[in-house]
Amino acid sequence: MKLEQMSDTSKCSVRSTCPYCGVGCGVLLKPNAEGGIDVRGDSDHPANEGRLCSKGSALGETVGHETRLLKPRVHGKDTDWDSALDLVAKTFSDTIAEHGPDSVAFYVSGQLLTEDYYVANKLIKGFMGTANIDTNSRLCMASTVAGHKRAFGTDTVPGTYEDLDSADVIVLTGSNLAWCHPVLYQRILATRKKRPDQKLVVIDPRRTASCDLADLHLPLKSGSDVALFNGLLAEIAKRGLVDEAFVQNVNGLEDAVACAESADLSVTGLTDEQLTAFYDLWCSSEKVVTIFSQGVNQSSSGTDKVNSITNCHLATGRIGRVGMGPFSVTGQPNAMGGREVGGLANMLACHLDLENGDHRNAVKSFWCSGDLPEAPGLKAVDMFKAIGEGKIKALWVLHTNPAVSMPDADKVKAAIAGCDFVVVSDITEATDTARLAHVLLPATAWGEKSGTVTNSDRIISRQRAVVTAPGDCMPDWKQLAEVGRRMGFKDAFDYEGPAEIFREYAALSGISGGFGKDFDISGLKNVTDSEYDAMAPARWPISDGKQGGRFFADGKFFTPDGKGRMLPVSWKPPAAKTEPRYPFRLNTGRIRDQWHTMTRTALSPRLSAHLGEPFVEIHPDDAAEKGIGPTSLVEIKTPTGSGIFRAMITDRISKGDVFAPMHWTGENSSAARVDALVPPVTDPISGQPESKASVAQIAPFEAAWYGFAVSQTPIKATSEYWTVAKTYAGYRAELAGLNAPKDWVYQAREIFDLKDADVQTMFDPAKGTARIAFVVDGALKAALFVSRKPVAVMRDYLSNLPGEAAPMVLSGKSPADQPDPGPVLCSCFNVGVNTILTAIETRGLLSVDAIGEALQAGTNCGSCRPEIAALIESVQEKEAAE
Amino acid sequence: MAERLVIIGAGMAAGRLLDHLIEEAPNAFDITLFNAEPRGTYNRLMLSPVLAGEMGYPEIVTHDDAWYERNGVTCRFGERVEGIDRDRKVVFGQNGEVAYDKLVIATGSSPFIIPLPGHDLPGVIAYRDLEDTEEMMRLGEKHDARAVVIGGGLLGLEAAAGMAARGTKVTVVHIAGHLMERQLDNVAAGLLQETLEARGIEIICSANSKEILAGEDGRARALLLDDGRELPCDLLVMAVGIRPSAKLAQQSGLSTGRGVIVNDQLLTSDPSIFALGECVEHDGALFGLVAPLFDQAKVLAKSLLGQPAQYVNKEVSTKLKVTGCDLFSAGDFLDGEGRECITYSDPFSAVYKRLVIENDRLIGAVMYGDTNDGGWFFNLIRDGVDVSDMREMLIFGPAYQDLAPANVVSTPTPVLAEVSA
Repeated sequence: MKLEQMSDTSKCSVRSTCPYCGVGCGVLLKPNAEGGIDVRGDSDHPANEGRLCSKGSALGETVGHETRLLKPRVHGKDTDWDSALDLVAKTFSDTIAEHGPDSVAFYVSGQLLTEDYYVANKLIKGFMGTANIDTNSRLCMASTVAGHKRAFGTDTVPGTYEDLDSADVIVLTGSNLAWCHPVLYQRILATRKKRPDQKLVVIDPRRTASCDLADLHLPLKSGSDVALFNGLLAEIAKRGLVDEAFVQNVNGLEDAVACAESADLSVTGLTDEQLTAFYDLWCSSEKVVTIFSQGVNQSSSGTDKVNSITNCHLATGRIGRVGMGPFSVTGQPNAMGGREVGGLANMLACHLDLENGDHRNAVKSFWCSGDLPEAPGLKAVDMFKAIGEGKIKALWVLHTNPAVSMPDADKVKAAIAGCDFVVVSDITEATDTARLAHVLLPATAWGEKSGTVTNSDRIISRQRAVVTAPGDCMPDWKQLAEVGRRMGFKDAFDYEGPAEIFREYAALSGISGGFGKDFDISGLKNVTDSEYDAMAPARWPISDGKQGGRFFADGKFFTPDGKGRMLPVSWKPPAAKTEPRYPFRLNTGRIRDQWHTMTRTALSPRLSAHLGEPFVEIHPDDAAEKGIGPTSLVEIKTPTGSGIFRAMITDRISKGDVFAPMHWTGENSSAARVDALVPPVTDPISGQPESKASVAQIAPFEAAWYGFAVSQTPIKATSEYWTVAKTYAGYRAELAGLNAPKDWVYQAREIFDLKDADVQTMFDPAKGTARIAFVVDGALKAALFVSRKPVAVMRDYLSNLPGEAAPMVLSGKSPADQPDPGPVLCSCFNVGVNTILTAIETRGLLSVDAIGEALQAGTNCGSCRPEIAALIESVQEKEAAE
Repeated sequence: MAERLVIIGAGMAAGRLLDHLIEEAPNAFDITLFNAEPRGTYNRLMLSPVLAGEMGYPEIVTHDDAWYERNGVTCRFGERVEGIDRDRKVVFGQNGEVAYDKLVIATGSSPFIIPLPGHDLPGVIAYRDLEDTEEMMRLGEKHDARAVVIGGGLLGLEAAAGMAARGTKVTVVHIAGHLMERQLDNVAAGLLQETLEARGIEIICSANSKEILAGEDGRARALLLDDGRELPCDLLVMAVGIRPSAKLAQQSGLSTGRGVIVNDQLLTSDPSIFALGECVEHDGALFGLVAPLFDQAKVLAKSLLGQPAQYVNKEVSTKLKVTGCDLFSAGDFLDGEGRECITYSDPFSAVYKRLVIENDRLIGAVMYGDTNDGGWFFNLIRDGVDVSDMREMLIFGPAYQDLAPANVVSTPTPVLAEVSA
């Protein structure tokens, strides 16, 4: 019965791929009557087998058109495509003619589809003659790319997700998998249910949600991973676990081990017991998967960290076989596709090398292009430096938001603002970067565009269009191809559609295969349009020689001598040193329900309800010492910049460390662009910024007033601190300022843009209390609550009131018969903290499953399950204490 | 043999005194009750609903003939007491004298009549008793009747609203800048004025009356203001306040000031004579609202029975009994040094509230439109409760106190931080 229903639904649904992290989950999409899209997990997709996380489940809430850019815009004025594209083509041509090819650059994104990426790479490297194309993957995966290339001679993830099912030990290092790749984490939890003896180790300075069910958590000192894994390598050697047969195919064992044996393990800050427990577990079974992500990559020694991990797997031969291997998980839907295409400044195409003349010539003749650049282009940080210095005079940014996400973001923003010609292709103008563009090109969004993406385990999946693009929106590949044609390269960019681009790309990969490279999907070079439309997810390589599978178990690598490489790597501290002025270490990262710079996830009310404002995790001892209370605002200053965040006091974070999320932007906060605080320090090999190890000082932000606002329409705050989030009824905002305005009603009218609405008020001037509500036709439009202390009102209740009759809104509290659900914990089913607490306390529900049965919470994506467990535990502790 | 107790006046204070005496010591006194009005005690406060046609007179009677008979009270209704011989301990009624062992003077108050030219014309009345009420009610039977009310205080507005409800076209003339200035601030008074105007009542504030003009029939026909405006009327109601009726006491040689002077036991300067109600002056204070009168009745009953008791003048609150005009006032609501105000204004529901706080204590409250919480605020004022902890939610009333604590930030600090702390 269930199967039948399933296939029925599958029939009228379109299969596609989720556009968030690199897990690459299959989704079933169905346009609904409201013009939106109903989204479900695709149980036939190998990456997720039907599971979706909170973000994927809420995709339907992010496809509305309210923030969409619908027409090309030049210098702030709507125009037609011809005018805009002619201007882009002419300006790039003129700039190249006048200042040389290296005076132009593309900054692209792991959110582009492979076909878009391919055309961008072809246009700039093949026809503009510069390798100045870099991508936000530089901020994310560059150290892994470099580490892979050093160890394997190629940027290839050796294993597959199936290895997680059969591993005996899974190590997460620098990865909060539970929040950042929730579907993989749930996959591990599902395995542990079947195989309780599977061990999970988490290595992270923070006790993240991923630790909740771990057998071992190692809260190592930030940036000490190399020492930890060197200790492991030394232990491997000491215990005689080196796979003597396998290492015949590996160079550098002796040097690497010697280097490892001299490592000072005290820099990890871990006890001998913790180290031994970890080494024992890692050594206990052959089947070990070491998953790593940004905690490893985003570092001034990120490449060395990657190689300290690959060293251990190479030495033991635990690579490329079932249930084992180093496993990089990527943060973007198509970071892998971008790497394969060659969309980074130091790559050519299809794993071919820019520095290799034979490779260049092969690609040149394949593309029928001019000479290809012989040297790498500028990597992201250097690219924006060059823009700031005026060396790059024309920039095209596609689907990324460097004014927020680059380190030293304020300077990057200024550099973009100062650039002679900036083109931005995006689905919205409401990004910090798009607002700086001279030319804005409206792109098609997820759900409207077709192409392919590659996920973290090399599966190429189709993204398919299910709804028509609004307005004049155009796919990125077409924008790029149009500009290419208008620059005079008519034949090279005469594409009919993504299938044609894909065939060309697959054919080029065959040339790569011919050079002995691993990335070869030439088996798909003759797919027809309809075969392309129907293409099922498939793992590369896809060629006559090889289909999918794992790499390197055979001892064959892609280095010049065909051998794997172990590298002698030593621990180096983070580039910035703590000092009395900057005694704290600022870590940054993702949160569960937001993604990147929130241009899409912030459109979803339920995703915005989990963590509604930018916050900073501070250890209780540090908070006490600095006079920071549980609701304080905290000003963080680094040598690079400053920001204001809400205190989240917790011993999840180590003493001396602070953590702030990376998502908030100038569009939704006044002072929480955390990358403005991060210095532009990079790994010397990968060029990846050290985003997680700034030094900082923290102090309470002494606001004269605090405010909370709800509104049906957008909130335009101007105070020193503000942050706005989407709700089902409109918007909500947290506010704070150094000077209280004299006339709060006037101020509120400005904030809500309600010049004439009738007003309801409550004032206690002696205490600085002001509460103001605007009502139109009996329905609440907006309300502002002001106090000298953080405002104590039922935020989640109030957030639902705009648009309704709410005569008692100024009380800030729900009537007794309407309980406040509290902040959303389970985003999938929109279940609040208070609702769950009530169920625990009054109904005696004492397991996550019981809560799930009663309230549905935690029964879909499961990423809130650790938090539900923590709630249950807290109630039990409280009861025990009483 | 029981002591002889004579009570002069059967107003609400006397009625409540009788209730206490009968309840506590039904046989302690042989009681004679005089009343100048030809009836026993009724709830004078409820005359306004009667005027407005919302209640009938029988509904507001608190003590009927059967009650007096059942409790052995000798009634001398419709008979004025003309004098007291304190040496002989007798009172002189119009129909003969009555001896007393103890005497209670409860002569109440008289409406103040402004001595304008024409104030004594027929068609000029006060608003005090059932007769006045009935006259106003009769006016409503006349087509296109007009009335002018002088006085925009509690009683004047009740009279105006009652007559308006009966179809009479009413103009209220008030000398102060806004209505009910002793109970309301200008905002609440403004809301009240809007409500009354919406019912067709014309309101003229800051108005000085000059003369009541007589018509050809010798009745009052119009009020002339000193700005020259003439306000035609078939009936002119003067409701500008009351004066204690202390004449009898004064003539009898009792100590009087503005009213009959009483001590904390409600005893006058004569050890056998007590007084209570609107006729008394206690510690410099006069009385016009019902709550202190009832307190006095309780104390006096004990004093008469020889029990220790002490009257303390407490805070009073005011409620306007005009249907649809919910209004409440208590304590001191004026601005001043060291006073802090909390205000709530909801023009959509026509609700206004203002609380006055001094030294963390509520000292005054004015509410318009929603007076449900009046009693709660009144108690806070009366009991001098320190309100600093409840200040933020104070104005929202008791229903919003002690609710589940609100979350103070948008990050769920209470969840994860508490869990791990």
